[in-house]
Amino acid sequence: MTAIELATGVRAGTNQASVVVDDHLRRIAEGDGDIHAFNLVIAERARSRAEAIDAAVGRGEDPGPLSGVPIALKDNLCTRGTPTTCSSRILDGWCPPYDATVVTRLEQAGAVVVGKTNLDEFAMGSSTENSAFGPTRNPRDPSRVPGGSSGGSAAAVAAGFVPLALGSDTGGSIRQPAALCGVVGAKPTYGGVSRHGLVAFASSLDQIGPFAANVADAALLLDVIAGHDPLDSTSWPEGIPSVSDTLGDGVSGLTIGVVREFLEGGADSDVLARLDGAVAALRSQGADVREVSIPSVIYGLSAYYLIAPAEASSNLARYDGVRYGLRVDAPDIGSMYGATRAEGFGAEVKRRIMLGTYALSAGYYDAYYGQAQRVRTLIIRDFARAYEEVDALLAPTAPTTAFAFGAKTNNPLAMYLSDVFTIPSNLAGHPAMSVPFGVGDDGLPVGVQVLAPALGERVMFRVAAALEAAAPAAQVAA
Amino acid sequence: MAAPLSRSDVAHVARLARLEVSDEQLDQFTVQLAAILEHAADVEALDTDGVPPTAHPLDLVNVLREDEVCPSLSREEVLAMAPDVQDGRFRVPRILGEAP
Repeated sequence: MTAIELATGVRAGTNQASVVVDDHLRRIAEGDGDIHAFNLVIAERARSRAEAIDAAVGRGEDPGPLSGVPIALKDNLCTRGTPTTCSSRILDGWCPPYDATVVTRLEQAGAVVVGKTNLDEFAMGSSTENSAFGPTRNPRDPSRVPGGSSGGSAAAVAAGFVPLALGSDTGGSIRQPAALCGVVGAKPTYGGVSRHGLVAFASSLDQIGPFAANVADAALLLDVIAGHDPLDSTSWPEGIPSVSDTLGDGVSGLTIGVVREFLEGGADSDVLARLDGAVAALRSQGADVREVSIPSVIYGLSAYYLIAPAEASSNLARYDGVRYGLRVDAPDIGSMYGATRAEGFGAEVKRRIMLGTYALSAGYYDAYYGQAQRVRTLIIRDFARAYEEVDALLAPTAPTTAFAFGAKTNNPLAMYLSDVFTIPSNLAGHPAMSVPFGVGDDGLPVGVQVLAPALGERVMFRVAAALEAAAPAAQVAA
Repeated sequence: MAAPLSRSDVAHVARLARLEVSDEQLDQFTVQLAAILEHAADVEALDTDGVPPTAHPLDLVNVLREDEVCPSLSREEVLAMAPDVQDGRFRVPRILGEAP
């Protein structure tokens, strides 16, 4: 059943939150030993929440649009009194003293948090292999990665453990795992969803967004978590538009661009063939699809791998063994810092801290970080020019289907290329989402990405709904 | 073009970042960081004369609020997760002392 069907049943009293939650906890207990989508399952807390929701319905109250719907949270979202690890040894066992705003909004809408999902340490990676607690397996093929960094959330939805999950997306960390696991994943406009309580990676890029098995569920979840929050000064004051009420509007009359530079960007031929299929499907539904050029997107990857590590090196300076998290004892404070950070961080996190520190250091700041920021302006300008002609853009989500474990772990640059099509939207602050659209030659899911201008969530979801309706029928839930 | 990254550059950066790294890691990071920076050469070489930098994608400046007293976390909650505490404060190893 979809999240919307589950919530409808619980609100109407024809289904019970306790039954729904128990059913999903059983699926997790039976299946997650093989998948490892979860770092932590909070069964008792979830059951008591579900009972409270059933009691509220019994009193004639409406617990909200997500009544009784189980949801998983990426383990970089703060949950009061419940461990939040970022899949890092440096935060192992840490319990935040407050809830992230999205967690509060979910509970106000009646959702039931069932656990915290695995990720690449501090959301740095594209395969979930960088987790300090071991990798997550792709439910579509356990010999493959689920993508990352929100691999646990994508896998949890793909495996049917939960109908909904939240992730965070700094350079593609929602969309790429959504594509590799065959689920829907959306990154809203920067500032659309409060980041209060999201552990910061790269603050000018990070954004929280939904995972779901279908577009309508993803739309409902986004509508619940979106909105201005005074606790996040980067939160958009007017909020992003609601999306659930636009899914039936169709694509007739829309002009949609296919980005030429993305077609030449190194995607596998089977991925490009599915994109062609998506173009044909949108045309047959009345959209005008044409090729457009965004010349500067080819610099996106390089600019991102200067900007994101620079911001990360600053954000991760707080893990110093003083106020919370791991401390490795040493006779003086300087060696305590160095030893704690050496022990607590994994290789990829260290690599990015080093890269970012270098890009910000005296003598290199302007050549690297400053230059990357100017390139960011060029990308934003090129997108703006394209959006004078088209309402939305279409692209592959990832260059390949899910790859094998270990395939890219020894070559950071090869791993970074997984995000070549998703990064430009983060640099521009624009919304983008991945929708499953058939399978590749290996039988594994392919995602098609819909990009829209800032605050363009409505047109993005219209296109996504049209793609879902036309997608080749291979998206059977595992 | 910036000069290629050397092993001593990497050691310097590790000190700035307060990261203890082994000799083996230093070798590995030197090779890997150099490869990533080489990939960034396309960005470095781009003519961006007159292009302003973008630090942030939203056009929001000076986000202000009323300066009102509101509840905050208690001292106990804040200290609850600290590695070491004494007299209601974070306790850390020696900061100043005899030179080694």
